[in-house]
Amino acid sequence: MANKRIDQPTGTETVGHEWDGIEELNTPLPRWWLWTFYLTIIFAIGYVIAYPAWPMIDRATAGMLGWSSRGALAQEMTAADRAQQSFREQLAAIDVVKLRDNPELMQRAVAGGAAAFKVNCSQCHGSGAAGSQTLGYPNLNDDDWLWGGDLAAIHYSIDRGIRQPDDNEERQSVMPSFDGAFDSAQLDAVTQHVLSLSGNADASAAGAQIYGDNCAACHGPAGQGDRAQGAPRLNDQIWLRGGTAADIKRQILNPRMGAMPAWGERLDPVTVKMLTAYVYSLGGGEEAQAEISDSAEPQPEAEAGNDGQP
Amino acid sequence: MGNPDTPDDAKRDWAVTVEDGIAKSNEPVSSAVADPAATTRRHEPHEPPRETLPEKLYEARKSIHNKRIDGPFRRFKWFVMLVTLGIYYVTPWLRWERGPYAPDQAVLVDLANRRFYMFGIEIWPHEFYFVAGLLIMAGIGLFVITSAVGRAWCGYACPQTVWTDLFQHIDRFVDGDRNARIRLENAPWTWGKVFRRGFKWSIYLAIGFVTGGAWILYFADAPTLFRDFFALEAAPVAYATVAILTLTTVTLGGFMREQVCIYMCPWPRIQTAMMDEKSLMVTYKDWRGEPRGSVKKAAKNPGQFGDCIDCTQCVQVCPTGIDIREGPQIGCITCALCIDACDKVMKDIGRPRGLIDYATLEDCEREAAGEAPKPAWRYLLRPRTMVYFTIWAGIGAALLFALGVRTHTEMTVAPDRNPPFMLMSDGSIRNSFTLKIRNMESRPRDMEIALEGLEGGVMWTDAIGRDEAAATQTVTVAADQVRTIRAYVMAPHDAKSQDFAFTVTSLDEQRESDHVETRFDAPETP
Repeated sequence: MANKRIDQPTGTETVGHEWDGIEELNTPLPRWWLWTFYLTIIFAIGYVIAYPAWPMIDRATAGMLGWSSRGALAQEMTAADRAQQSFREQLAAIDVVKLRDNPELMQRAVAGGAAAFKVNCSQCHGSGAAGSQTLGYPNLNDDDWLWGGDLAAIHYSIDRGIRQPDDNEERQSVMPSFDGAFDSAQLDAVTQHVLSLSGNADASAAGAQIYGDNCAACHGPAGQGDRAQGAPRLNDQIWLRGGTAADIKRQILNPRMGAMPAWGERLDPVTVKMLTAYVYSLGGGEEAQAEISDSAEPQPEAEAGNDGQP
Repeated sequence: MGNPDTPDDAKRDWAVTVEDGIAKSNEPVSSAVADPAATTRRHEPHEPPRETLPEKLYEARKSIHNKRIDGPFRRFKWFVMLVTLGIYYVTPWLRWERGPYAPDQAVLVDLANRRFYMFGIEIWPHEFYFVAGLLIMAGIGLFVITSAVGRAWCGYACPQTVWTDLFQHIDRFVDGDRNARIRLENAPWTWGKVFRRGFKWSIYLAIGFVTGGAWILYFADAPTLFRDFFALEAAPVAYATVAILTLTTVTLGGFMREQVCIYMCPWPRIQTAMMDEKSLMVTYKDWRGEPRGSVKKAAKNPGQFGDCIDCTQCVQVCPTGIDIREGPQIGCITCALCIDACDKVMKDIGRPRGLIDYATLEDCEREAAGEAPKPAWRYLLRPRTMVYFTIWAGIGAALLFALGVRTHTEMTVAPDRNPPFMLMSDGSIRNSFTLKIRNMESRPRDMEIALEGLEGGVMWTDAIGRDEAAATQTVTVAADQVRTIRAYVMAPHDAKSQDFAFTVTSLDEQRESDHVETRFDAPETP
């Protein structure tokens, strides 16, 4: 340290070392920087004590505060659940058919249902609930309902599912296969009659005869369908499995029928109600009992009461 | 740069001169080329001459104890201080009747509900350009002021100036005038001094608290917040804001003062660029004042001395502690207190006033040459100020126009993309839209939504059932709210994809309306 001196061109003191004529200027770090650096060290010590820090063999040290990212997530989720508590309680208490009388609750239920729909339903019905004609998943936006489109009917369908083996009789039906029952001309005739019901073909007397004998029991004499057994309307413009003659023939010979899981077994009742509200809100929702005109509809109000607790 | 006052340039001449007398290039050459022996020569340690050490770049603050002065400019400063502080403290308490659906505070920045109220004007977030316009006007307003009357903003109206002035009055009130304050500052820390300082600083704190306290009243209903604040029921952000503003007020106004103007504020630098030889500024008329000499000396040697008697009153009253006689400088905020001081002295010794006065550089030259100065209004009305003023007034007029023609009814339309359309059982085609209707009046209003240019189209909404489908629907939008509506638009089965429009009309005497073009999607028919 004996060789400390002031370097003339810069006016800075040297540190006093010399290597082969090379000296080093002593330009210490700014004090604020140094103090910040010391503070970060102190902070780091505190942090290591308080939070998980040192990696061990299968986990890191826990830290005095017991904080963990999973714990923090769980806390936030609980807080979010708690924030929704009163809404969920209200929704659990209300009868689903009365949901429309409470617009605010309905609105929140629709919003919650939209989220639940994306998770549980969009795989088949599509994220916009437009269904799929090729795969036979119904469009939920339109005004054509196989099993009824009022709140109670929608709720029942979601809750118990469609054509579930262990379910009661409500959402059960089978269309028999007519493979071999008709010859080619008869098949053409009945297909023409079915198309004529919606005005898409000329009438066929022979077809009407066959239709009356074989189909009218379920699909109705005028093709108006029967929601009690999920028999589709044939006199409208919506064809779940295609509206060409070939599509209809295929369906007569080898009928395909949709099935849906009973969501009441997988989701909590509140979520099912929210889904009901959402599907109802897509634009096709019907007034209770209003338009179930020509077919006998035994279920709407009566069972709505015991829907709440599946 | 690190060594600005090197006494002798030759010492700093890094160019090496070759000593053989042939080539005396002054270009910098590598010392190894110029003097090969130098690279191997040992460097002998020696102490450098003292004067070549770099000077300190940091200058400690010199405390300023400005003397009390009275005069027209001081009175004007009092007046401006009264008005500005009055506006600041009183405004939140003004009431303005807006009916049952809106707050009754005249000026309110309602961050929670995203509304800005200013007397009869209500601004929504999407109209923030009004606020931007006001800020631009404030900026250009500073240009106008600066080019016309120099740093008048700095000298009178700037909050830093106003609060510094206030704190300096507190100093004077507690510790006495300049000489007493200097004495006290140099005195040792006795109990008396501790008590005095403590007393003064608590007044500082109180002023800071009131300043921060008034600020938060602009953001909530003032009487409610006032009560809640002292009942310890206000939001934490209110307390934090008050704490921060108390701290900044005390620090900036109580302790940093002129340092803010000289070192922190960008505005003096910008102003310096905007001032020209025709801008008014506070000037010491050196051609009249120099050489300085006392009244006695001047009496003994008539004609030898100027008017300045070197009494340094101008320096003593200066709130930023400068000597105006050194010429225009960045520390001068043109508060004109030195004019008051000098005028008073000139009056006492019977010389004409205005040795220090507002003057333009051009006037100074003219006056120094013995000509008559131009009247002040000639400087105000010149192209530069006119251009600034025209721009300023133009923006103001445009804002007023926009405010006058803005409608309080607006709508946005978002068509559903998934699915873009769907068939109904009778073959009709349905599209869904999300409408947002804005009612910017502070009363609920009925609005009529209509389809325009969609042949045979009908619509219903999430609240109005399909059985009431029609080409127009009436909805009620709550006061000061946006209502979101799901609209289902249905057209007959033969409808093609086409453009159409929604219109919304308010069903009151104003009949305000909005018109939004959108598209109806239909399946492609083969």
